Amino acid sequence: MRLLTHNMLVSNAKGVSEAEGYPLALEVTEHRREETEFDVETTRKTMETVKYDALRGAARAVAIDLPEVYDGDDADLLRKVHEALCDVHVIEGCLVCPKSGRRFPINNGIPNLLLHEDEL
Amino acid sequence: MGKKDFSLEAALQQLKPFDTDQIKFELEQYATSAELGAAIITHIQDDVLDKRVLDLGCGTGILSCACALAGASIVVGVDCDEDALALARTNIAECDVDHVVDFVRCRIDDNAQLPLRNAFDTCVMNPPFGTRKKGIDAAFVRAALSLCDVVYSLHKTSTRAFLLKRAHEWGAAADVVAELRFDLPKTYAFHADNSRDVAVDLVRFRRVADELPPPVVSMAEPPPPATRWAPRGRGRAPRGRGRGRGRRR
Repeated sequence: MRLLTHNMLVSNAKGVSEAEGYPLALEVTEHRREETEFDVETTRKTMETVKYDALRGAARAVAIDLPEVYDGDDADLLRKVHEALCDVHVIEGCLVCPKSGRRFPINNGIPNLLLHEDEL
Repeated sequence: MGKKDFSLEAALQQLKPFDTDQIKFELEQYATSAELGAAIITHIQDDVLDKRVLDLGCGTGILSCACALAGASIVVGVDCDEDALALARTNIAECDVDHVVDFVRCRIDDNAQLPLRNAFDTCVMNPPFGTRKKGIDAAFVRAALSLCDVVYSLHKTSTRAFLLKRAHEWGAAADVVAELRFDLPKTYAFHADNSRDVAVDLVRFRRVADELPPPVVSMAEPPPPATRWAPRGRGRAPRGRGRGRGRRR
């Protein structure tokens, strides 16, 4: 799972609204980086639908420090943002619902948001 | 009908189909064939290229791979089955699209809220047809429409009238983009025939505002295919694997 996908994920725990269940806290025990092509325009466009604060929080879990304020004209920042969004693959870890504390494991790169019968 | 892209089809033919020991009939798991995957893409090119694509009920990830090879900017495949997703992970690596496609495990039905925010452009999916679990096909379409403005979904032609009628209730316009037929190999023990041809529709649902008049049902001509992708991988295209999906009635 890349951080771009993390940015789209919301807690589906029972009784948690979309606003309350976002963003999921990210805990990483294993990740890898795989460099992909960086393009300023593409990254800028991608950022139009990315929630920067959520990305910033997730990036911290993989030791990428992003500044408090996003600036789409800052090419250095965009490169860093691209690295965080696209190059980091979380292999093992956990997503934590900010409202309920429900933990969703990430195994073999796939976050598991399957709820148990008694949670529906 | 648009011309088929055989290089895409060849790329998709390298993918692993469902493991016969792990296949789950209650989930209506039938592999989308490479041929069908490639055929679908030729009809929906413009809604995939540079778009954020969702694949609900992705199974072994063949449509996710197809969309990534057709130039999607990001693809998220969603399925509830761990075994299928494990295969899907190896399949995206095989297609060299693991920097485009991610998978999420969760259930898709009427009771479940999808754990995703509204950040997708297009959904491309081959949902269960609803033979085992009545209404699951409609639940998939509604789940997709909750996250995407445009949804391409494969359905049995026999359910066409029902789906087109219901689409309006879901705030969507619907039309049949393509009528496809494909050969379904015998997948489960309860299948009597060795294979069966099933008529399927590629249906395009489009979210519309509530005040719009009922959707016009039309049989649109598909756009000509672009050929952006190149064959990848090991240059080997084993025949007869991963073909077919469906059930007998």
